[in-house]
Amino acid sequence: MVCNRFTTVKKIMKKILYIPALLVVLAFFSLYAFKNITSGPKPDADNVGLKLPEGFGALKVADIGAKARHIVVTPQGIIYVKLARVKEEKGIIVLKENSDGRAQITGGFGNYGGTGIYLKDGYLYASSNKEVYRYKLNDKNEVIDPNNPEMIVKGLKMGRQHETKSLVLDNDGNLYVNIGVPSNSCQEQDRGLRSAGIPGCPLLDSAAGIWQFKKDKLNQSYSEGIRYATGLRNVVGLDWNQQNNQLFVMQHGRDNLNSSWPEIYNTKESAELPAECLYALKKGDNAGWPFMYYDGIQHKKIVAPEYGGDKKKEADAKYIDPAVAYPAHMAPNGLLFYTGNMFPEKYKNGAFIAFHGSWNRAPEPQKGFFVVFQPFKDGKPSGDWEVFADNFAGSAEKAAMNKADHRPCGLAQGADGSLYVTDDAKGTIYRIVYNKK
Amino acid sequence: MKSTLMILLILTVGGAKLLAQTKGKKVVAAKPQAVTGAVMANGKKIYNQYCLACHMADGAGVPNMNPPLTKTSYVLGDKTRLINVILNGLATGEEIDGETYTNVMPAHNFLSDQEVADVLSFVRNSFGNKAAGISVAEVKAIRIKNTKK
Repeated sequence: MVCNRFTTVKKIMKKILYIPALLVVLAFFSLYAFKNITSGPKPDADNVGLKLPEGFGALKVADIGAKARHIVVTPQGIIYVKLARVKEEKGIIVLKENSDGRAQITGGFGNYGGTGIYLKDGYLYASSNKEVYRYKLNDKNEVIDPNNPEMIVKGLKMGRQHETKSLVLDNDGNLYVNIGVPSNSCQEQDRGLRSAGIPGCPLLDSAAGIWQFKKDKLNQSYSEGIRYATGLRNVVGLDWNQQNNQLFVMQHGRDNLNSSWPEIYNTKESAELPAECLYALKKGDNAGWPFMYYDGIQHKKIVAPEYGGDKKKEADAKYIDPAVAYPAHMAPNGLLFYTGNMFPEKYKNGAFIAFHGSWNRAPEPQKGFFVVFQPFKDGKPSGDWEVFADNFAGSAEKAAMNKADHRPCGLAQGADGSLYVTDDAKGTIYRIVYNKK
Repeated sequence: MKSTLMILLILTVGGAKLLAQTKGKKVVAAKPQAVTGAVMANGKKIYNQYCLACHMADGAGVPNMNPPLTKTSYVLGDKTRLINVILNGLATGEEIDGETYTNVMPAHNFLSDQEVADVLSFVRNSFGNKAAGISVAEVKAIRIKNTKK
């Protein structure tokens, strides 16, 4: 009799406990799955063809089919992309992100090609190859009146090479604009055989440097601006280091050492010189172009052949040294100090650099077409750089032959700490994420 | 009367003929250079030394910066224009088959007539191109014409 009652109680107890147990398990699983979905967009299965370090993945945000240069990503998931050449009269393309990380083009404005674009304090700043405009944003970071920007800077020198005007702002109301010089090494005959440098290189008065303007004064030009740093041939990638409040720039080093000076440089030396340099700038700095170049193999500032150099003579010590020297001709087009929390600790406050890829290394193999990471500590480079995102070219052979499928150009950081990269060959926008597993 | 008319006729015809001869001092209609193995070899040597750095080993150039040499109207078309690109360089930023390129091409007038003829004959028969060679006489004539200007 007792046995039966006990067994029955046991049976009932079991049945009663089954349901909450099941519910707990169900809740646990659904919460876990939900957690995965809300913790960020999933990378594509093939990482859009990129090679990334362990734990990182990439997804294709969009393919905009235009020469996508620099990029801004707002916390609201609006993406602004500056085009090198306008597409259907639009030089800035606007996209809106979905929850899965992919984005649709929602519009565009600004009938001018260019490279620079930057968001600061309620305004979107963008440059043509001669002017800088700014567009007021509402509290959702949408451009209020895309057809009526303010012209902040005008009349900047524009030749046919090094014509783009990358820009960045500091925290004190200043705008910094690259004015690249329309010359390789200030020769009498540009890129000519054994053509000497123009004495004193008068081009430095209006180009080959970073000019500083006020972020909110209209119609500024050279007389209202300050030549903040000089002797910089062309700077496409630049960023403001928030940790030590300093401007950092990546210079495109000069070409044609062998083609202009075959008696001094052979093709291999010409392929490996000069270094692409990262500079930490203070007002008044002179990086030495055209009078010198930085030899990343000897680790010395060397007098340029146009100004009497012989590959060995060292340049005046007054010219600044680079913070870091990278391999020659790789064409640094993007620089971004990473301040996000998604990536592992070692990436915090370090620099990502987008290397567009070389052409002047021929007949040696070309190099670049990747994004590198440069560790920093206390506002200074610390440790060796490493390739972070590789294979934009599509294959090692394509990279070696300068036949890249995609060429990384612009860099931006999303609100969640994702790293965005643009490609100006086909207009692909990549988003690189980290998955703690 | 008849003799005056005769003289007038002779003068007119003579004048017309003279006019025709001096009218458009075009390229001397020389025989196109036969593109021999020696021409291709010498042309390639010059190409590798002076052209490859910008136009690349396969003649594809560099997007936005250095024009390609693969079946373009500049390579396959007007010989005078092509020879002048070598002698004078190209710095106008003019469109080449619908695209523009930002880098300057410096003058290569330090090349001899033979070198110009050979490298152009090489280019016109490489990178998918097939065209008549350029002769030394053609280059010489252009160079003379340029100095006279």
